[in-house]
Amino acid sequence: MELEIPYTVRPRPDTGLYNGKLGIWLFLASEVMLFGALFSSLVLLRSSAPDWPKGSDILNVPLATLNTFVLIASSVTVVLAWANLRLGDFKWGRIWLGVTLMCGFGFMIIKAIEYGTKFSHQQFPGTNNFFATYYMMTGLHGLHVIGGMIVFAYLIGPGAKMWKEKPNQYTNRVEITGLYWHFVDLVWIFLFPILYLL
Amino acid sequence: MSDHAASPETLEHHDDHSGHNSPEAIHAEKRKYLIIFFVLAVLTVMTVAVSRMHLPHAMAIGVGLLIATVKASLVAAFFMHLLTERKLVFTVLAITVVFFAVLLWGPWHHVYEAEEHSREVGVISTEKPQQPAAQPAPH
Repeated sequence: MELEIPYTVRPRPDTGLYNGKLGIWLFLASEVMLFGALFSSLVLLRSSAPDWPKGSDILNVPLATLNTFVLIASSVTVVLAWANLRLGDFKWGRIWLGVTLMCGFGFMIIKAIEYGTKFSHQQFPGTNNFFATYYMMTGLHGLHVIGGMIVFAYLIGPGAKMWKEKPNQYTNRVEITGLYWHFVDLVWIFLFPILYLL
Repeated sequence: MSDHAASPETLEHHDDHSGHNSPEAIHAEKRKYLIIFFVLAVLTVMTVAVSRMHLPHAMAIGVGLLIATVKASLVAAFFMHLLTERKLVFTVLAITVVFFAVLLWGPWHHVYEAEEHSREVGVISTEKPQQPAAQPAPH
């Protein structure tokens, strides 16, 4: 006998939310604290340093700007996927999920080019505090992008079987994965000016 | 696996707290998402443009963070649909904001106190020491 997980589609009467959605918001709250600790450390290091380089003098702003557009575009494609699934259009829902996954790949390829250039100029995490924070924050953010890509790949591939039997639950899975993806976008929205421009 | 398109009627929307889950409303939502994308793109260009205006350092940081906050608010409000979210989500976020503020306030306060103390005992001057600028590396 299969044990059914409760409230994967219907909202719990006491919370008003289906369990997955409450779970992802609690997870995102913990993520805010994780990145908050790093932003806090950056403030401490930067304000205590007698001299701190301007990001735009050292980092590649055009590439980072391009990555910002890629990530914002991916946030749009994932909500378009969710909207199409709510309309019952699995084909376009899946296509938009695929585009989102491609945007994730694009972001990581651009990031790899950026890192490669830095390494070729002997600029490593141990070079100075600026590069230590740069690699730590963009690296952790990149790992989050990879995590999201793995989930999208699952939803497009083997996880898509659920659509036939439980379309509402599948749609909710896409929604909460989208919420995570938007958070990854939010972190980049702050990382971009703080590290690259200011 | 073959593509299977369920009709809109087959999808129940148990979490429809916005009350706008008709196909027309969802199509309108999709148009709204594209408008928000355009606004976010313009704000990104503005962020880069402002950083090249050689504003005073404090003002540059303030304007840069202000634009980033506006962008983040748009993503949270429309893409994460916080505008129509349940009260419990706001409760979770409010608690998070309090702890996040404490996390940022700690080091800021420490740096401020340390600088004040140093000025009082005359250890550091109010001006930063002149140091050679970091060598820009080729991109």
